[in-house]
Amino acid sequence: MIRVQSEDFSVESVYEELRQRAGDCGALVSFVGLVREFGEDDSIQSMTLEHYPGMTEKALVGIAEQAGERWTLSGTTIIHRVGTLYAGEQIVIVATASRHRRDAFEAAEFIMDYLKTDAPFWKKEHTSDGDRWVEQRHSDVHSSKRWQKR
Amino acid sequence: MSDQIVVLYFASLREQLGCEREDLELTGGLRTVADIRKYLAQRKGSWQAVFDGSATILSAVNQQMAKGETPIRAGDEIAFFPPVTGG
Repeated sequence: MIRVQSEDFSVESVYEELRQRAGDCGALVSFVGLVREFGEDDSIQSMTLEHYPGMTEKALVGIAEQAGERWTLSGTTIIHRVGTLYAGEQIVIVATASRHRRDAFEAAEFIMDYLKTDAPFWKKEHTSDGDRWVEQRHSDVHSSKRWQKR
Repeated sequence: MSDQIVVLYFASLREQLGCEREDLELTGGLRTVADIRKYLAQRKGSWQAVFDGSATILSAVNQQMAKGETPIRAGDEIAFFPPVTGG
């Protein structure tokens, strides 16, 4: 299940839905990304997440498919929120189900790493010092690239 | 309508250019993404600053990531945007 939405999501509902869909899976991993309260040197009050309707969903489907080719998965869920989000709110959930934990762990990490460098989302932070667009981190590009070596 | 393309701009690019979307006439010289970039850079002010500048600008053609040499055809949807920062 791939979704881009402004509404919040319930981890429990995502877990139950994937558990039902995956059947006899043995392992289920979920990762949730949250809005940090503090940036490098100031406080973040909120952020606005923008996306490219159509392309973003296709990119997420593509990333989930790549994960499915690389690991043995019984099901995958990606929900990413857009719009205005406040400190502490949930941004994204990636959940993977598999017969074995290693596949579920690695696939979830792969999906998150690729999502950060390949899915068209952009964050604008609203801080005590004003608004600023977030710049891509080199560490995120590095995290994504390391999967290419294997 | 026959030889037009749609060009979309996202995030910081959209704000710098003050433009979200435009229809462009696909005249003879515009065959690739690189051609479109050169054409947009010829516009004065922020257009030149953005498309001739040092900041990385990514592009997509019909919602697939594209490169400079990616060909453009009538009816295509081209998008320009900064490196992505989701998750």
